[in-house]
Amino acid sequence: MSPQQRISGAHAIIQALKDEGCDVIFGFPGGVVIPFYDALFDSDLRHVLVRHEQGAAHAAEGYARATGKVGVCVATSGPGATNLVTGIADAYLDSIPMVAITGQVKADLIGTDAFQEADTTGITLPIVKHSYLVTEPHELPQIIHEAFHIASTGRPGPVLIDIPVTAALAEFAYEKATTLDLPGYRPTMRGHTKQLRAAAKALTESLRPVLYVGGGVISSGAAEEVFELATRLQIPVTTTLMAMGAFPETHPLSLGMLGMHGTAYANWAVHESDLLIAVGTRFDDRVTGKLSAFAPHATKIHIDIDPAEIGKNVEPRIPVVGDAKLVLRGILTELEDLELQPGLTADWLERVEKWRAAHPLKYDAKGGEIAPQYVVEQIREVTGGDCIITTDVGQHQMWACQYFKYTEPRQFISSGGLGTMGFGLPAAIGAQIGCPERQVIDIAGDGGFQMTMQELGTAMAYEVPIVVAILNNRFLGMVRQWQELFWKGRYSYTDIAVQPDFAKIAEAYGAFGATVTAKDEVADTLRAAIKDPRPAVIDFVVRREESVYPMVPSGATITEMIGGAPSKRGKS
Amino acid sequence: MKHTLSVLVENKPGVLTRVAGLFARRGFNIESLVVGQSENPNMSRMTITIDAAEHPIDQVTKQLHKLINVVKIRDLDPESMVARELALVRLSAEDATKRAEAMQLAELFKAQVVDVDRKSLVLEITTTPDQLASFTKLLQPLGIVELVRTGTVAIGRGRG
Repeated sequence: MSPQQRISGAHAIIQALKDEGCDVIFGFPGGVVIPFYDALFDSDLRHVLVRHEQGAAHAAEGYARATGKVGVCVATSGPGATNLVTGIADAYLDSIPMVAITGQVKADLIGTDAFQEADTTGITLPIVKHSYLVTEPHELPQIIHEAFHIASTGRPGPVLIDIPVTAALAEFAYEKATTLDLPGYRPTMRGHTKQLRAAAKALTESLRPVLYVGGGVISSGAAEEVFELATRLQIPVTTTLMAMGAFPETHPLSLGMLGMHGTAYANWAVHESDLLIAVGTRFDDRVTGKLSAFAPHATKIHIDIDPAEIGKNVEPRIPVVGDAKLVLRGILTELEDLELQPGLTADWLERVEKWRAAHPLKYDAKGGEIAPQYVVEQIREVTGGDCIITTDVGQHQMWACQYFKYTEPRQFISSGGLGTMGFGLPAAIGAQIGCPERQVIDIAGDGGFQMTMQELGTAMAYEVPIVVAILNNRFLGMVRQWQELFWKGRYSYTDIAVQPDFAKIAEAYGAFGATVTAKDEVADTLRAAIKDPRPAVIDFVVRREESVYPMVPSGATITEMIGGAPSKRGKS
Repeated sequence: MKHTLSVLVENKPGVLTRVAGLFARRGFNIESLVVGQSENPNMSRMTITIDAAEHPIDQVTKQLHKLINVVKIRDLDPESMVARELALVRLSAEDATKRAEAMQLAELFKAQVVDVDRKSLVLEITTTPDQLASFTKLLQPLGIVELVRTGTVAIGRGRG
């Protein structure tokens, strides 16, 4: 495009998106974005029309989480923008790179309560990494360039661009933005050498180290470095929900997930460790339980790109600000100059193995009813573990963490920080569009599925061959579990047994639908759904009052773990 | 403990809302916030006075740093900064004794009389936050009708 050519703001948005390497956007039209959609009509930029703007935001997240690229969603002003809010907040809490573009009323109508006017930048202020309200149309290319940079670098996050329709209609000479002028934004990438050295030294001296790995390892692409560090020094690795697959769970050093519903052996290992290496993680309350009793004997190394995370919840002995990959690479280099004592952690690993053997993850597989955990195991079995899993939020999400052994980063896509029900289906669509060659399976709950199931329409329209596996217990199961354990079994408004026939809903959309009530039909139905080229929904009718164990109650210490808490620790 | 932050920000729309909103969300009470153009026309400088009794100050400065438009933050050392505040005080001037007393105080504190009529007079004072506190305290019994303060602006001493 020649710099002299005058184009409309709407065309400029599309050109700028393409200049950033964006190949697909997820959106829904409306009044003030008609000029943008008109420009899109002749454009080769792919647009996926969702059925609700929340779906656009989650699909953009699913795309971003699966590919590592920036996810883009578009909505109109007012209700279009407010419907994006949950997805933007979700991306913010999980540090997912996203650019959200919203239409706004004419510039001269802003502040007049015009039709479909909402203060979108105001509403989203606490849940964005940054935002823009475009006042000068010719700044659009520069703003979009900055937005992609801010969304995808440092600690990633959502950036919102609110564009008045007058800016989309204005014409100006398009000039590709190539430079950045962000004097207040310079993320620290490399760790301080002194800190790297201190971390390396602590690693060579530790008898009971544990690597505690979070989503930062996925976003910085540091899985290889984690693997190298863990295997070289023989350190067991536990991951947060955001980092499932950052270390292969099939490896003997893997402890699986830690925290509230983590494995007993991961929690015990952290509790008894003398050195905790926290990488790209933020000591969230779902991980730590009672903060003062978390890893009480451990020296803490905290590696994070966001200086505000360091010291926020836990004061580390050795803080390292920087990108997880570069910092770990730096520590590995420092280790080369130090003398390693082979077998230093051998006794420790033996102890961890004893915990693992004594308190494995287990569920009751007997009886005629389908155990939800069994479905997760069968999904792994049928796919050979080679698929991308998305989830909603609740019990099924925890079982998806516990019983599927993830082996690669970006294989598990879930709403971690915000805990958004209804995330799974639209995220699966976004992930599938980002990774067309992969099988994508949404492990859903019957509650969450009903929040965004209209996106089956999107899946049909774009022939996205996802499989939705509903673990249907006819309850809002996680809340029911808390009511059972902590509220005297008073199941206040958690019974959702009145519900549609999900298989028929799928069929009504023209998708594959099936209901499974017998254990021996689980694997075959999964195979049939995967083989069918259409989107598929399988309603697995599972045991109603199954609970997720082990469980460290909210704010408790791991000595209070329910189901899998050995009271004899120490020398066990 | 009271902290005085000198914050250099890009002169962009919404930056004041972002900064003020952050303090509110992180549970900090802003005592005063003053913003104006800096030596660079593209940048504004804010002087923010906060009471950081309940939360460690470094958490808020780190969070402030995360705002894209925030360029530089200095937590000014009270021992080596110059802090000033301007205030306008309207006093009731109907009682001659009180008026005379007010004029005396004004002289003592180097305040100017900037407006006067039969019923009231307005004093202008530029001084340190401590001095201003004593000044207003002494004026209180003389009948303050209206008090307008700019909030504290501060600058580091020397080249620090």
